[in-house]
Amino acid sequence: MKPLLSAKGLTRRFGARVACRDVDFDLWPGEVLGIVGESGSGKTTLLNCLAGRLTPELGSVTYDSAAYGTVDVHDLSEARRRLLSRTEWGFVNQDAREGLRMGVSAGANIGERLMAVGARHYGDIRRTASDWLDRVEIERDRLDDRPTAYSGGMRQRLQIARNLVSEPRLVFMDEPTGGLDVSVQARILDLLRSLVDSLHLSAVLVTHDLGVARLLTHRLMVMQGGAVVEDGLTDQVLDDPQHAYTQMLVASILPV
Amino acid sequence: MTDGTYNYAYLDEQTKRMIRRAILKAVAVPGYQVPFGGREMPLPYGWGTGGIQVTAAIIGRDDTLKVIDQGADDTTNAVSIRRFFAKVAEVATTTRTEEATVIQTRHRVPETPLSEGQILVFQVPIPEPLRMLEPRETETRTLHALSEYGVMQVSLYESIARHGRISKGYNYPVMVNGRYIMSPSPIPKFDNPKLDRSPALQLYGAGREKRIYAVPPYTPVKSLDFDDHPFEIETWEQCCELCGSKESFLDEMIVDDDGKRLFVCSDTDYCERRRTLPEAAE
Repeated sequence: MKPLLSAKGLTRRFGARVACRDVDFDLWPGEVLGIVGESGSGKTTLLNCLAGRLTPELGSVTYDSAAYGTVDVHDLSEARRRLLSRTEWGFVNQDAREGLRMGVSAGANIGERLMAVGARHYGDIRRTASDWLDRVEIERDRLDDRPTAYSGGMRQRLQIARNLVSEPRLVFMDEPTGGLDVSVQARILDLLRSLVDSLHLSAVLVTHDLGVARLLTHRLMVMQGGAVVEDGLTDQVLDDPQHAYTQMLVASILPV
Repeated sequence: MTDGTYNYAYLDEQTKRMIRRAILKAVAVPGYQVPFGGREMPLPYGWGTGGIQVTAAIIGRDDTLKVIDQGADDTTNAVSIRRFFAKVAEVATTTRTEEATVIQTRHRVPETPLSEGQILVFQVPIPEPLRMLEPRETETRTLHALSEYGVMQVSLYESIARHGRISKGYNYPVMVNGRYIMSPSPIPKFDNPKLDRSPALQLYGAGREKRIYAVPPYTPVKSLDFDDHPFEIETWEQCCELCGSKESFLDEMIVDDDGKRLFVCSDTDYCERRRTLPEAAE
């Protein structure tokens, strides 16, 4: 078996500041990889480098594409990379406003990827969009509402639907439950877990919430100051942390 | 030289050369917006500074010029531009569509079918069809370069979701030669079918935004739509009050304080021909 996504020696600096340094990992098909660490530890920079949104200074990212075979994400032409990112990939932002078109209805938001790859039947697009609303537990009669009329949790679910409609193989998630209250968080986590299972998705999930990591991810990388200080199976890392920083992270979870 | 003050057709030769180069490039890549060094013209932006520069660059003494504004030959804008070229380019002018070799137009395509050898020059306020959907110029250029037009279709989807049909009535986006999405300038969608495989050369000039684009003769121009919501043009229950035409684009006019309404052809030349020559009305 070949890894779906593979990073080798990824390094990215902003001026003199190192955002991520020498990151190596393989993501296997069907696997959900968590990246945890405190704010400013380089999680989001790493995610953006993986998704081709930022160019790393050193290192490479290879992706095993269904359409093009194994490709170097940063060597691809922009046309290919953009096509890849709206067909085989998804990207869920922390702030749903960045990932959605706030000026158009939910149906149009979900349908955009379909239309971008050539869907030209209004009725079909609409049917698919309302099926997806169902799958992310939004009432079908909200199809023609704009996301501005949605609550924060619904926006996040809409963003997930908008990304998954093209049946991607790999989804990048940047704090998908950040900024939501705990009950809404729980529903979204449930939803993500069942979607990952039923669609056989692979995912890279950035979070600072160890609870989210425990629920969703199979494997965990702990970052501090731009470097990976520990990685392993999620349960292993959280139950038996080896690195001092991971021990501190695990110890700082507030007991309820 | 005309009167010793201005160069022939107002613009200096270097400028005309630069504009002609832009036009050649535009013709070579149908629907692609070519930037050019727009000059200050003796009329305000929004009045046809783009169209007038294109016309100045292509016009010669043998040409016959027609200028229309919303289909009419007799509005201020049309009359001024026609007189301008009669003076600085010493060209014959006409209001007859068939007689003209160059037709500068704002907001309409003449009803009379155009023929080979004629050039239609459009005045364009906003050349970028994606502008209202994507404000960044760098991004719209990338979208054109990569033929990434999902967002345009999103706007049509939204229109159907909101109004039950594609509500855009003018400046209706078209796909040129299967490659570039183009703004046909604010002509009513009624005129879109006339652009498709037209025997005349179409040149589009945007003065404020300094862009020229073109549709060469016989180039396919397709109005965007959905399979289950096909592109349709406007129809009227009324016919023209003056000439009785049922086929032309009608303007609605309020003629008194009681709200009495009248429908007349927007193309004045077409309407007049039908009235003066009964056989033309057949």
